[in-house]
Amino acid sequence: MRPDLEYISQWIKPGSHVLDLGCGDGSLLDQLRQHKAVTGYGLEIDTQNILECVRKGVDVVHRDLNDGLDDIDDQSFDTVIMTQSLQQTRKPDAIVEAMLRIGREAVVTFPNFGHWTVRSYLSIHGRMPVSENLPYTWYETPNIHFFTFRDFEVLCRERGIKILTRTVVDRNHKSNWRIQMLPNFLGEIALYHMTR
Amino acid sequence: MPIEIPADNVGLVSPQIAQFDEALPLRSGRSLAEYQLVYETYGTLNAGRSNAILICHALSGNHHAAGYLSMEDRKPGWWDACIGPGKAIDTNKYFVVSINNLGGCHGSTGPTSLDPATGRRYGPDFPIMAVRDWVKSQARLADRLGIEQWLAVVGGSLGGMQALRWSIDYPERLRGCAVIAAAPKLSAQNIAFNEVARQAIVSDPDFHEGHYYEHNTKPRRGLMLARMLGHITYLSDGSMREKFGRDLRTGKLNFNFDADFEVESYLRYQGENFSDHFDANTYLLMTKALDYFDPARDFDGDLAACLAQARCRFLVSSFSTDWRFAPERSEEIVKALMRARKAVSYLEIDAPQGHDAFLFPIDEYVRLIGGFLASLTAGGKH
Repeated sequence: MRPDLEYISQWIKPGSHVLDLGCGDGSLLDQLRQHKAVTGYGLEIDTQNILECVRKGVDVVHRDLNDGLDDIDDQSFDTVIMTQSLQQTRKPDAIVEAMLRIGREAVVTFPNFGHWTVRSYLSIHGRMPVSENLPYTWYETPNIHFFTFRDFEVLCRERGIKILTRTVVDRNHKSNWRIQMLPNFLGEIALYHMTR
Repeated sequence: MPIEIPADNVGLVSPQIAQFDEALPLRSGRSLAEYQLVYETYGTLNAGRSNAILICHALSGNHHAAGYLSMEDRKPGWWDACIGPGKAIDTNKYFVVSINNLGGCHGSTGPTSLDPATGRRYGPDFPIMAVRDWVKSQARLADRLGIEQWLAVVGGSLGGMQALRWSIDYPERLRGCAVIAAAPKLSAQNIAFNEVARQAIVSDPDFHEGHYYEHNTKPRRGLMLARMLGHITYLSDGSMREKFGRDLRTGKLNFNFDADFEVESYLRYQGENFSDHFDANTYLLMTKALDYFDPARDFDGDLAACLAQARCRFLVSSFSTDWRFAPERSEEIVKALMRARKAVSYLEIDAPQGHDAFLFPIDEYVRLIGGFLASLTAGGKH
């Protein structure tokens, strides 16, 4: 199992009803279906990804997350998941709020724009960082909101969102004591498990 | 004429007839004492009888969905693009059954058939069919063919509504349900178009209150107008612009009321051709079945509660330029299925052809259906 999926999987109760926002090719839901007997759907915008989900037998619904999630009933899912897409949405705060309106719990993962390489790139080169982990130039990046772990946690505090667990890892989804000491400086990806 | 039948075609096909002597009670309260269904099959039913797929046709469709009827046949069946060896509905894998609905005019009992009670043609006295009546008759054919459970029931437009009805009325009898370019019920605008089509037919002096057979005539003009109107709603603004633009037939304006523009001549041709081959009473009846379709009605308008009956997996699909049954209409079905926690996948396919797109072999569409059917086979019986 992909290491980030393994982390997320720990937080999903067997047999629960989940919604995966921006589910990609359906790998996560496929794993959760097999190992945790979950039900639920992925929401996805890309046709090729949707075709791959359907081929796998993963239930996927074509949807642009920027259109909102207003038509989905309150508390209709056990867990709402969003991996590596929050920074690509037009209104990340509204998405996080919606996740905890329609789901009892939420799982969010995103890249840390406060990682030291990003900080130093910007301060040394004076240009927007391009790295292996963030490979896009500023004008073509799908990442339209840049935020750090600390930014995200401030948002959660302001909105009364309770963080149940936070896991900070590097790009290979590995952790070590240094990352644990200075997560917002050394961590590349964070995985948050949240509730109201 | 197909000089040579392509390798991915089911080849020469011939219709079969099933006669039923047990009365069929109908939603209208009436019943059909006896009736026949004409159908075609493609591919082979496997030993476990688990690979059968039912194709439901749309408003003006029929049982001839794939292959050629003879070597002189100019065109293959109406969904030949998707049914055949190696195609989305792969006849190397699946046993495909395609039925002409009751009330039709291609061989199944309908207005042009003789009423055993009177010995005359039914004409306008043929009972108005509801989608659930068709589905019931299709279930009886499935019994006859020894098919306890369809691998999938598949349909576009009015055919998609039949597929949806299958999932509600016979939840144990299908594993997959593909609802393509359909709607959970018609809008006022949809009904309005149907009403104009019907008025075109019934106001034709040759209609004779539906008894035109006895006058050895048919309401050709009315049927032609109905089809011309319908045809506009099957195409998109963009596809008409692309196909015809403002092209002139003679290269100049003629300052009379003949067809100046190519689009006029195309519609006239389509309408005339249709009026030669289709029965007006059938057209009236089919449009009524569309207007009446509203499965949520039995559940105080709650589609999710209605679909709670279903047990199968669903595939819902729409086309970006379809304005007859726009993507939003398919999304209504999807939302209700999600609310009812049913297994559903949905894709809006980017296609320029309007409502008609469901008949075209669009790459994503073909892969969508093929992938869905394959996933049903992989999943095992529920």
